[in-house]
Amino acid sequence: MRFVDILAKSTKQIKHHNMFKIESKDVHLHYGAFHALKGINMSIEKNTVTALIGPSGCGKSTFLRLFNRMNDLIDDIKIEGQCLLDGKDIYSKDVKIDDLRKRVGMVFQKPNPFPKTIFENVAYGLRVNGITHKSFIEERVERSLKQAALWDEVKDKLKKSAMALSGGQQQRLCIARALAIEPSVLLMDEPASALDPISTAKIEELIYELKSDFTIIIVTHNMQQAGRISDTTAFFYLGELVEIDSTKKIFTNPNDTRTQNYITGRFG
Amino acid sequence: MEKPDISRKRLAEAIAFWIFRLLSLGVMGILFSILGFILYKGIHVVNWDFITKMPEDGMTKGGIYPAIIGTLCLIAGSMIFAFPIGVMSGIYINEYTKDSWYRRFVQLMTANLAGIPSIVFGLFGMSLFVNKLGFGDSIIAGSLTLGLLALPVIIRTTEEALKSVDDSYRHASLALGATKLQTISRVTLPVALPNIITGFILSIGRVSGETAPILFTVAAYFLPKLPTSIHDQVMALPYHLYVISTSGTNINESRGMAYGTAVVLILIVLILNLIANAVRRYLGKKYKTN
Repeated sequence: MRFVDILAKSTKQIKHHNMFKIESKDVHLHYGAFHALKGINMSIEKNTVTALIGPSGCGKSTFLRLFNRMNDLIDDIKIEGQCLLDGKDIYSKDVKIDDLRKRVGMVFQKPNPFPKTIFENVAYGLRVNGITHKSFIEERVERSLKQAALWDEVKDKLKKSAMALSGGQQQRLCIARALAIEPSVLLMDEPASALDPISTAKIEELIYELKSDFTIIIVTHNMQQAGRISDTTAFFYLGELVEIDSTKKIFTNPNDTRTQNYITGRFG
Repeated sequence: MEKPDISRKRLAEAIAFWIFRLLSLGVMGILFSILGFILYKGIHVVNWDFITKMPEDGMTKGGIYPAIIGTLCLIAGSMIFAFPIGVMSGIYINEYTKDSWYRRFVQLMTANLAGIPSIVFGLFGMSLFVNKLGFGDSIIAGSLTLGLLALPVIIRTTEEALKSVDDSYRHASLALGATKLQTISRVTLPVALPNIITGFILSIGRVSGETAPILFTVAAYFLPKLPTSIHDQVMALPYHLYVISTSGTNINESRGMAYGTAVVLILIVLILNLIANAVRRYLGKKYKTN
């Protein structure tokens, strides 16, 4: 990153010091005739982990994908309301989508490393954003792999194909890949649902550590997971945000009976 | 419970299985008998002189060197023209158009192009490239005509190859701030490349054996010298085969030559296929996707 960029970034952070990192204001989303999100209001503070929970089809993944505009890939979609990142509407015309996605990284449900080497997977985001400086890329790849707690396992085989890694390693590689371009927000869409318990534990530990540098929003079907890793939990049901509160409050004494029923496993 | 019912079921199963097996073996049998027949009749003609010498004595003696070179020129020329255009069209259809009437219309028209008889391509090539654009009978006119013929195959296989690339790769790339073009050139296309090369192989096979499209655009009846530019005429193997089997100076005497020519044509296609296959296997390993 150039010095000017760093400067711009830090002044921006100062400017929005006491603002929420992410906000959605009365967001409605329609897939064709289907009303998928019904007036969602949410404010997320910097350096926190927010878990989005709710039964399948409740809109939590769709809501997550608002913030790096992945929903834009779907035809016939209509979005109303405001989505703010650092106080700026990310759907305004002067926002370039690829710039936005540099600031908001994403980890998908299924590990999806590119069929390239481990090194090239992590370097990918840097390369497509025009960075060619070799030692800078090497440094950043190493740092990202360390952040994703994968470095020790792969440092001797960086030139090997990423496809040879185990599922859990692949997912941590995908996290490293997302971290390499230094986003400030990390969106995670059920990042551990395809993994075994040991890999899941590693990912959870990782999320806890990443909190100091990133603002994390995570979709999960796993109640215990939400309870273990998040500061705030939001419960979605049928396209509505039923309740959002501190994770402790949601899991011990929720306000809404629907939340109560869901977390105690009465439906879902 | 009636027992015979079950044995009848098994018998039907066995009969069906054997019919399918025999039919597919039969198809293989046809292929091998054609190859065997051609090789049996022609392999004794093929020697170093045959593939490196000019034809002599009214094409009843000597070699077929200029026709080999001519066919290789036409394969190369048509692929240089058709491969990039075909791949780019395939990319456009699969990556840039939505699933709409427009995409289906473009696909239908591409399929129709594949259905046009090759002699019509020949006539079209003659009137456009040879006459209208003034290329005359030349390698360039013949290559462009053959290229048109190869286009639909390349477009179709590129489309299919891209369609089989998992969307999760595209999403991962886009989510890292890559543009659509970067995603295509750095992820989607490399993953699809081994399958795109299949289209390349198929179209080489098609192009090298065609006679009608080159009839009025490039092929020379008898031209015992090598081309020096893309504006020269050349001899070509399929046309040469046609000439010495039907309208040569002495058809009976050149019979062996004709089979030899067929052997060489088949071998060229086979060797090119093997090379392309090796490339495909190498790329497949390089971009192994599990």
